[in-house]
Amino acid sequence: MAPWGISDQKIPQGRLALFSYLSVVLVATLLVGFWKLQVVQSDHFADLAEKNRIRYIPIIAPRGAMLDREGRVLADSYPSFSILLLRDDPKQVEKNLPRIEEGLGISGDDLRQQLEEAKSEPKFQPVVIKPAASDADIAFVESHRADLPMLELMMVQRRRYPHGEMLANTIGYVGEVSPQDLENSPDKYRPGDIVGKAGLEKEYNDQLEGTDGMRRAVVNSVGKMVRTLDDVDAIPGKPIQLTIDYDLQSVAEADFANKEGALIAMDARTGAVLAMVSRPTYDPNDFAVRIPAKEWAELNTDPQTPLLNRAIQAQLAPGSVFKVVMATAMLESKAIPASYTVYCPGSAVFYGRVFHCDHAHGMVDLHKGIVASCDVYFYNVGKLLGIDRISHYATALGLGRRTGIDLPGEEPGLVPSEDWVERVYHHKWYPGSTISVSIGQGAVMATPVQLARMIAAVASGGTLIRPHLLKNANEPAPEVFPLSDDTVRQITDALWGVVNEPDGTTSETVKLQNIDFSGKTGTAQTESFELQNKLGKHLKENGWFIGLAPRRNPEIVVAALVQGAGWGSSVAPIVRDVVKAYYDKKEGHFQMPTPQTAGNASPSASPAVKPVKSSSLVASVGAQHQ
Amino acid sequence: MKDRPSVHDFDWVLMALVAAICTIGVLEIYSSTHASAMAGMQWKQLIWIGIGIAGMFIISRIDYHTLLDQAPVLYIVGIAGLLVVLVLGYSRLGAKRWISIGGENLQVSELMKLIIIIVLARYFTEVRTDRLTFRDLAKVAALTLVPVALILKQPDLGTAMVLVPVAVVGAFLAGIEWKHLAIGAVVVALLVPVAWNMRRHLKPYQQQRIQTFLHPEEDQRGAGYQILQSEIAVGSGGFWGKGFGKGSQNQLGFVPVRYSDFILAALAEEQGFIGVCVVLLLYLGLILRLVDNAQKAKDKAGMYVVMGVTAILGFHVLVNASMVIGDMPVTGIPLPLMSYGGSATAFVFLALGLVMNVRMRRFVN
Repeated sequence: MAPWGISDQKIPQGRLALFSYLSVVLVATLLVGFWKLQVVQSDHFADLAEKNRIRYIPIIAPRGAMLDREGRVLADSYPSFSILLLRDDPKQVEKNLPRIEEGLGISGDDLRQQLEEAKSEPKFQPVVIKPAASDADIAFVESHRADLPMLELMMVQRRRYPHGEMLANTIGYVGEVSPQDLENSPDKYRPGDIVGKAGLEKEYNDQLEGTDGMRRAVVNSVGKMVRTLDDVDAIPGKPIQLTIDYDLQSVAEADFANKEGALIAMDARTGAVLAMVSRPTYDPNDFAVRIPAKEWAELNTDPQTPLLNRAIQAQLAPGSVFKVVMATAMLESKAIPASYTVYCPGSAVFYGRVFHCDHAHGMVDLHKGIVASCDVYFYNVGKLLGIDRISHYATALGLGRRTGIDLPGEEPGLVPSEDWVERVYHHKWYPGSTISVSIGQGAVMATPVQLARMIAAVASGGTLIRPHLLKNANEPAPEVFPLSDDTVRQITDALWGVVNEPDGTTSETVKLQNIDFSGKTGTAQTESFELQNKLGKHLKENGWFIGLAPRRNPEIVVAALVQGAGWGSSVAPIVRDVVKAYYDKKEGHFQMPTPQTAGNASPSASPAVKPVKSSSLVASVGAQHQ
Repeated sequence: MKDRPSVHDFDWVLMALVAAICTIGVLEIYSSTHASAMAGMQWKQLIWIGIGIAGMFIISRIDYHTLLDQAPVLYIVGIAGLLVVLVLGYSRLGAKRWISIGGENLQVSELMKLIIIIVLARYFTEVRTDRLTFRDLAKVAALTLVPVALILKQPDLGTAMVLVPVAVVGAFLAGIEWKHLAIGAVVVALLVPVAWNMRRHLKPYQQQRIQTFLHPEEDQRGAGYQILQSEIAVGSGGFWGKGFGKGSQNQLGFVPVRYSDFILAALAEEQGFIGVCVVLLLYLGLILRLVDNAQKAKDKAGMYVVMGVTAILGFHVLVNASMVIGDMPVTGIPLPLMSYGGSATAFVFLALGLVMNVRMRRFVN
């Protein structure tokens, strides 16, 4: 026995007993703690546990299709897969990055940068590393479920524009909901939701977008789905049928290959838009996946502004097209007799300045003034009418104000007046400016859609239709600015002459057999009229042609603008083609332009988008990958 | 009076309590892991329990007086072992705690718990007085704080803290004066704010743990997340529990290390307040039974040994249960005999071996 081990000391029973009591007290305290959580706050924690366990996974509703007037698909949605990278285990992710890069064909730098950017976000939020997975990508993910568990597939509905650039500026495009929209309607949108951003996609977003469904699923602590509890199905968006005629659109697009400008073809009786072109343009499919920041910046800063819908947003000098307004003002105001004639020596002097004409026209009356587009005639008409009368009739015929077409961002154009110049420039109207305005130069600006509507109104006795793209829409009663039959007859006969008379500005090049085709050319300087006069030569010019058929109470009106085209007469063939196609269709012998020149060829279309033939009438939904 | 200690003198009541706790533990380990990649963990735990029981028998055969004789040697070996860990040990989960002996990973700090029980039992017995002087207390503190400091260096705040109650309970039983106890309490109370100001000198993980203990909601995926998930598991269990294998927090992996440090949370979710009562009362029974053994010890040395074991086990239960309900920070202190873990389980059985050792010799001359 060790010397210190002698039991000569009493065991401190008292203090041991005290220790026992203390133990009882401490265990009781612990039980009180458990009681508080498990009995008092049990409901609260049960609720939290349910929230932990159940994840709400949105089932994305497919967006409604856009169909042309005959039901041909212009835009639809198809299910596609995005590949997600789960970041719960950063070490495993880091280790397997090279394999993922190789397997999915993603650049390592891009991937690393994406992960770097996502670092500040919660770890359980996966990163979309490939927005539009190909079949091979999906196969790669599926076959590596076991060894690359950090890869996950997510089904999304993606927008598809089977004809690429065709009608792009009108259709618009979709993209992720903006932070502002999120703030404005937090109940409606979640971050990352796809909404219409421009064009019809934006205008009719409420109809096109469906209601997303919801899947209630049990997830584990790393967010992996264990099983599904129930589904609330998504309600697909409603399709919209457009007034667009795919055939006419194709003809117009084909004619605009390699050109810059715009075209709008409308049913002159209803305002139904049959075709609408704007060039240069873009491929909306690029936006449907995820547009790289660089390309987006290029589109936005491109001096040729491909995102602009020129048919409704290009505000340009109408040039000689404005002479139709001048003629209307002259005849309707009766300020000048209808028989008024002017001798055109090729130029004229007003207020001490020389104003040129195209060439010496000799004796010119109103008919010849329009047919041969004599500037000197209308300089004199303008001087006699004065700016306020011109302004009144221009405004009455729909210039200087929006037509109300169902597209966002329409521009109003500009009709100058004495009031306007005093309000904006704070000086009196220079009478000399009236001379420029008389031939559609100077401050006056109009959009293609306004000019189409203006001419259609003059030719149909003053009925201003409202241009629209949605078929079967409830149209408000058209605005009427009644014109006398005599005015209508005189002007429309002159417009017929432009196309069909030997001294017409189109030199009989666009005559159509058996079709009462008429129109008006316009050539407008893009630089100021004063500068042109100073330099004594024409710089870059915009060519206009507004065509209609038949000449009175027209069925179809087409406005075309080709920027940098030179003369309006060179634009006339485009309009003729569209008008001819309209009548060919009506008579049942329409033929598609050859594919080489067809406007639907879009070399920049995303490879993930499979072109759909125009003959497929029904919005197709691709097979779902299971 | 007998000449030889006998297995018949084993504390079978104590063993029944231990068996009950181990059974509940193994079942809960099974429930927590059977549906995961870690399935089959309960068998490993059973093997460790088997090894522990064998160790317990072995250690009960060596007279505790002999062990106490070797206290200085054991202490030096223990300190050396801790130094070896610091120099050569390998890291797991960011802490150097293990050394490899014969292919098995040994946590030296667990061994140090046994050694400090023996060393302090010997010291308190040698004081031979009912009144501890301030000098004595200082010596106790020095003996304790050297290994504490080394374990803190690993870093393992939990295990380091566990050594302190051995000294405190020992000093209390050795007759610490109420005056000194009061001074000690005041000093600790004063040290808390000082320690708070010193927190910048703590390791980042320790700062983090203190921060998340005070504000668990701010750190949803870190240590605060663990506490929160543990509280959710416990609270959502309610009075009756969700049923064996049916706790969503447990089964879906929301409860952190649900088979080990947070096994009580897993049990609380599935077995409810009733289950917690059963478990905590079993532990209370275990502790009271250990105190009973101390009271019946043949000599003071035996009492100190038993109470050293009691102090450590009691501290483990108190800190672990408090952590599970969010009343204490996460320190990595497992629930003895229930939490999965080789070294920890083996330690408890070896410690119980010491208790048996004392008990078997209470009638022996």
